[in-house]
Amino acid sequence: MTHFIPTRRDLLLSGLAGATLALPSPASAQEAPARNIGKKLCVIILRGAMDGLAAIAPLGDSRYHSLRGSLALDEGHDIGDGFSLHPNLGHVASLWRNGDALGLHACSTAYRDRSHFDGQDQLEAGSPSQRDGWLNRALSVIGPSAETGVGIGQSVPLILRGDAAVSTWAPSVLPDADDDTLARLIDLYADDARLGMSLQRALQTDEIAGAMGGEMVSGMAGRRRRGAQSWGVIAQAAGELMAAPGGPDLTVIGLDGWDTHVGQGSMTGQLANLFTGLDGVIETLHTSLQQKWSESAIIVCTEFGRTVRVNGAAGTDHGTASAAFLIGGAVNGGRLVGNWPGLSRLHDNRDLMPVNDLNALFKGVLHGHWRIAPDDLDQLVFPHARSNTLLDGLLV
Amino acid sequence: MSATHAAIATTRFGMGARPGDIAEATSDPAGWLIAQLTDSGPRQLSDVRTSQDGLRALMANRPPGRRGQREPNAQQRQAQEEQRRISRRALGQHISQRTSLAVATPASFTERWIRFWSNHFSVSAKNPGTTASVAGLEAEIIRPLAFNRFEDLLVAVETHPAMLTYLDNARSVGPNSRAGQRRGLGINENLAREILELHTLGVNGGYSQDDVEALANTLTGWTVGRARIHTAGQQGDGIFDPRLHEPGRQRVLGETFSDNGADQARNVLRHLARQPATRRFVCTKLARHFLADTPAEADITHLEQAWSRHNGDLAELAMALVASPGAFAPEQRKFKTPEEFLISSMRALEIPPLPVRTLQGIYQAIGQRPFSAPSPQGWPDTEDAWSGPDAIMKRIEFANEMGGRIRGDLDPRSLAPDILGARLNPATGLAIARASSVSQGLTLLLMSPEFQRR
Repeated sequence: MTHFIPTRRDLLLSGLAGATLALPSPASAQEAPARNIGKKLCVIILRGAMDGLAAIAPLGDSRYHSLRGSLALDEGHDIGDGFSLHPNLGHVASLWRNGDALGLHACSTAYRDRSHFDGQDQLEAGSPSQRDGWLNRALSVIGPSAETGVGIGQSVPLILRGDAAVSTWAPSVLPDADDDTLARLIDLYADDARLGMSLQRALQTDEIAGAMGGEMVSGMAGRRRRGAQSWGVIAQAAGELMAAPGGPDLTVIGLDGWDTHVGQGSMTGQLANLFTGLDGVIETLHTSLQQKWSESAIIVCTEFGRTVRVNGAAGTDHGTASAAFLIGGAVNGGRLVGNWPGLSRLHDNRDLMPVNDLNALFKGVLHGHWRIAPDDLDQLVFPHARSNTLLDGLLV
Repeated sequence: MSATHAAIATTRFGMGARPGDIAEATSDPAGWLIAQLTDSGPRQLSDVRTSQDGLRALMANRPPGRRGQREPNAQQRQAQEEQRRISRRALGQHISQRTSLAVATPASFTERWIRFWSNHFSVSAKNPGTTASVAGLEAEIIRPLAFNRFEDLLVAVETHPAMLTYLDNARSVGPNSRAGQRRGLGINENLAREILELHTLGVNGGYSQDDVEALANTLTGWTVGRARIHTAGQQGDGIFDPRLHEPGRQRVLGETFSDNGADQARNVLRHLARQPATRRFVCTKLARHFLADTPAEADITHLEQAWSRHNGDLAELAMALVASPGAFAPEQRKFKTPEEFLISSMRALEIPPLPVRTLQGIYQAIGQRPFSAPSPQGWPDTEDAWSGPDAIMKRIEFANEMGGRIRGDLDPRSLAPDILGARLNPATGLAIARASSVSQGLTLLLMSPEFQRR
């Protein structure tokens, strides 16, 4: 291991710890003692509406081949009951067989229109009227701790925005500013709460990344030069941040590109390549979480699904229900949860029928993983989605 | 008073002050902005490749036969790869020229105005076809038409090859058209949906799935001219091919549009442009972009009235914006986007054009490479999307880098009042004066709250 020599940045941060108390924060957050919940959660949002029928294909459904036409899969990783994972989800399939992954099919939020942006807002806020993210509200319930949520990327995704302290992290290609300049900027931001807060959080997250050792940081820089912000780099950053001592318990990753209107492909092609990428992200998280894997859960979700039938451009258009995954050493997996509506009746005669509720999955994870009480989930985290019961028994 | 207004004019409406700009604007800040609209100024980019040329070059090496039926041979594949490389380079050079123009222009309100429409009609380089064409939409349509009527701009944008490629209309075929009947092809409703949701009415603008489908039907036929199928002059251009067009009248927003070929979609687009929901949606976005993340109702209404009075004339709208009630409010309610921050920094420090690759790396690092917005919605336009901890850190690193690049005789103590004018806070002035080096002083200047906000 490396010798720990305090830099001016470290001293700066120790000074900041005192300054934090002076910052405005919600009353409840000041009363509760800090506690380390220790269970790791990673939320992966597949932006653009992932085709759930391609991820978990109902090969055994009698209407599957006729409805899907050229998009139908010939085969996949059999998970029983007539369902198969896409052939390129090999690592997910092996986790599934080990009982470390489960699926929720035909699921959606309450959103029923077909705008990506509104659909993602609802997925991340939990309901259309909320302006902050449900993960942020969950963090507020748990109470303050040094282990904040971290969005991997340059901006805070809606799912993490709100009153609780969160941060963002992405590997850098520009030279570091020296610590003296940073100290002067902190002074300069004394009257600008938002800029001051952002800079302070950035320094704290940088610190955790730096403490993971020179090897990883230089390795990251090398990789980034070759393929900036590739999914692998992002996944490794998320895994290593969470696995590091004092690292965050929550990371959020957004993966773009799932809006397959044209040339979606089936066994191979555009969507198949995206699944290869997603499978790699899961594998990298598995590897980089190391011994934390057994305490980890990864949610993979998307804003809505896609049309069951192929469109005029060998793709699919915006639909309703899709599929979600829950993956990790803490997951009681190896099965599909929820109900299967079949393909004989379609929503609006075009989409997979939404019969399972994504919020119920989210609630089930927050309850089973972080021990948030059902009352708190109903009143504080999902105040506008109370009627949805939580899915129990998702975690070991 | 007008000293403060001059400082605000350069940054809230322009791309940030160059040394001397504020002094020039002081006698009549609003007039200084409006003069830019009529002043010829360097608005066009010289020497950039057109979308049509880019797309035509890509097609030239595609093997004959339908997509997916024939594999290119080794020689064709190599030629395709070469064309893609040329496209990427051309896009990089286009971005570089566009940046240099924004950094050097005295008419930076015009550049901001063009960027607003470019982001409203956002197209992104996501594959070879879009890489070859997206920059042309701004250069060929938005730059010349940014002060015409909204409906003229709308029609020209939606039928441009970059938009037809990016939102898949080039592959949408009426099922009852000649081509649809013969080859069993169908509709792709992507462009129609985004026109309604993002370009005109807005997501809550009161349209239905039926409207999406009807608009998609009218748009069939609007495609990109292809090799061997269309004439040389049509290849790579946005064209109307009646053989792909879904025949028959269509009903959109309760209005029936007879099938007059290419004009059917144009007529629907003009109808959409005249809807009150469109006026409201676009005026709200304008107020949000220039004035405040949460724009004041009075400002939106002011813009809407100008829109109604002048039938969506965008030059009139730009003048109304500068005259809106909140135009020169002292509160700084906007946080610069990364691109605005980059360009205003380069203007302030009078940085000469950077090598194309360096510039690309900087755009990538600060998180906003032009023509690569993550979705058809374009780049976000509110502070919470851009002021995350990592984004601030990247800005500091960029400022640090720029501070190290400038010529030695630049004095941040005299530069600060020159580019911030009356907006300069005493605390910032003091911090700069106490800086340990010129480079550090410039970093503090660029990272000061009043430089980050506008």
